Amino acid sequence: MSAARRNPLVPWLGIAALAAWPLVEPYLPAWMHLGEPLTEVFVYAILGLGLNILTGFTGLLNLGVAAFAAIGAYTYSIATCEIYPFQLGFWPGLAVTAAAGALAGFLLGAPTLRVRGDYLAIVTLGFGEIVKDVLVNLDTITKGTQGINPVPPPSLLGTALEARGQYWLLLAFVVATFAGARALERSRVGRAWISIREDELASRAMGIRPDHAKMLAFAACASLAALSGALLVSRLSSSGEPSNYGFELSIVALCIIIVGGIGSVRGTLLGAVVMVGMNSIVLVRLSEALNSSGADAVQAGEPPAGIGAVWHFLRTWVQNVFLSPTNWKFLLFGLALILMMIFRPQGILPPLAVHEDPPEDEPGAPGAGQGARP
Amino acid sequence: MLRAVAAAEQLAILALARADGVPSFAADGTLSTWEVLSQQLVTGLSNGMIIALIAIGYTMVYGIVELINFAHGDLCMLGAFFALTAVGALGMDAWGGAGGTLGLVALLAATAVFCGSLNWTVNRLAYRPLRKASKLSLLVAAIGASFVLVNLGLFWGGMPMEVFSGGNSAAAPKAFPALVEPKPAFTVGDVIVSRPDVLVLCVTLPLMAGLTWLVRFTKLGKAMRAVAQNPTAAALMGIDVERVIGASFFIGGSLGGFAAVVYSIYNQTVGFQMGYRMGMDAFIAAVLGGIGNLPGAVLGGLLIGLVRAMSDGYIEARWTNSVVFGILILILVFRPSGLLGAKLREKV
Repeated sequence: MSAARRNPLVPWLGIAALAAWPLVEPYLPAWMHLGEPLTEVFVYAILGLGLNILTGFTGLLNLGVAAFAAIGAYTYSIATCEIYPFQLGFWPGLAVTAAAGALAGFLLGAPTLRVRGDYLAIVTLGFGEIVKDVLVNLDTITKGTQGINPVPPPSLLGTALEARGQYWLLLAFVVATFAGARALERSRVGRAWISIREDELASRAMGIRPDHAKMLAFAACASLAALSGALLVSRLSSSGEPSNYGFELSIVALCIIIVGGIGSVRGTLLGAVVMVGMNSIVLVRLSEALNSSGADAVQAGEPPAGIGAVWHFLRTWVQNVFLSPTNWKFLLFGLALILMMIFRPQGILPPLAVHEDPPEDEPGAPGAGQGARP
Repeated sequence: MLRAVAAAEQLAILALARADGVPSFAADGTLSTWEVLSQQLVTGLSNGMIIALIAIGYTMVYGIVELINFAHGDLCMLGAFFALTAVGALGMDAWGGAGGTLGLVALLAATAVFCGSLNWTVNRLAYRPLRKASKLSLLVAAIGASFVLVNLGLFWGGMPMEVFSGGNSAAAPKAFPALVEPKPAFTVGDVIVSRPDVLVLCVTLPLMAGLTWLVRFTKLGKAMRAVAQNPTAAALMGIDVERVIGASFFIGGSLGGFAAVVYSIYNQTVGFQMGYRMGMDAFIAAVLGGIGNLPGAVLGGLLIGLVRAMSDGYIEARWTNSVVFGILILILVFRPSGLLGAKLREKV
């Protein structure tokens, strides 16, 4: 099997290196200061691990995972912010958030148990849109586009944590979630999830209750997504505006698990590093570099004539959009999804235990017309 | 005379409402309940016809390859950008009379060919390699294609042209010139039917009739129906399945191109994110009517157009999207085969 399985030291070395990073960072040149983006990677990794339970293990495509993150973010904000009567602390706030997330997962999961395949994906997408709209429109409670602030930062034993402490706390959360996801994968319910993904009819025949297992998957996914939303909010000390939790966030989460390896727990971590790294490290650094070199300064003056006009037209166009790397974000996400589906649908780090005998290449599978037989 | 003034006032309100997307039929007493309702009906039906045209693109592709072509709405967005570029480059908003009409026809045709070819290309590059993959892989690829097209729209919006406001803010919505002026064409009783409303009908009805003829009575249509029913059997009968699939993508895309031009003229703004909304409305319409069913897509489109108009007028515009998505979820949960669809064929 893979190297990670053979050498049990690898994950521990990884954790140790990540934990030591903030101590080493001050001695490194400025361009290597990655503590801030890494903290963001951790938040997205938790979101991805949650989605991986529902979409990776259980095989239910969820295009509205951002809604769960939004529910978490707003539950946490409302439970802890000083402008509301509850004013819980960080840890009680997280507990309430996780519970609210699980409840939201049940609420979406229960009515949609009979909806299958791509239709379920669309239902979850619709759910995401409705949650976002409700958050925008109930502005008396959610403060609309202003967002709720100030939200208390993460704290431990009564003291608020600064950047480095938050880094370690989030790292601990990721490690705990990772270990939890691995344990779940091997547990009774985890094996039930995977068997439902592979063949629901067969697993029903083996005595698994698919409805039961699917509800648990929804709840676990929603709970982790809500937790990631709360952690994001507490780090930024504001809930931000509802449109931060839209379709784009759901797709980022989906990209994370697909790039890493759908159904693979360690792949999800890698996916978070790749996608968030691309978005908040590579693109941001490129932007900064281009800005400081002054390459995207729009030149003024009379447009020239003739062939020069064409040149000027192209030049202005390039300066308008193409030089800002953030304008390439959707293209990167989209290409990542298409290329992964075509060339490596199992992801960079496919799951370890499952797929020892790959289920593809069923002889004579007639493709799209498969469902036509009664 | 007084009537004409009142009508002009109504129309001004209507135009205003369209320009910012929020119908503002204020209860200031100028319009009676019945007039408001019937005017909303006209707007709803016109938008519904446009939605129906886009929905046909979804339903054709789903009927044949069982793919929710997520990129279809964004294809229409690029069609609108193509049309806006052509209008800007040729100065078409200044053309009047017969030249203007001919130009409009040429614009519709060119945009249709553009969108059809683009849809064919997307199918060739992104979907065709996945023909044997699972439905969910195909859906994920379609979402990816949608993101790629959105990004192309963002790039396109930065083009330094007058119509794109110099391309200085690529992401901002652009005004689409009123190629067909929003003047009243005729009135039925108190209800004003504007010239854009007439344009919508003149474009959508012949296209739908033509498509029905194509699917029912031509060799290609017969091949399409055969592939939809059973691609393996169709291939054994000597039908070039890939060619038929490509043709469906081209036809569905070109209908989206027509819809994009009409939509832009009717609503007078375009932006790189409009495809998501257009696509979702049309997809919901296709599902409501029964996905894979052509008359169902038209029925669904009209219903969604009406629901949107009624929700805008009587609930609140900011809740309209939630209402429409709520309908989608209810249909998928309780009647996934839609209003006119056949019984769901999926086994597991």
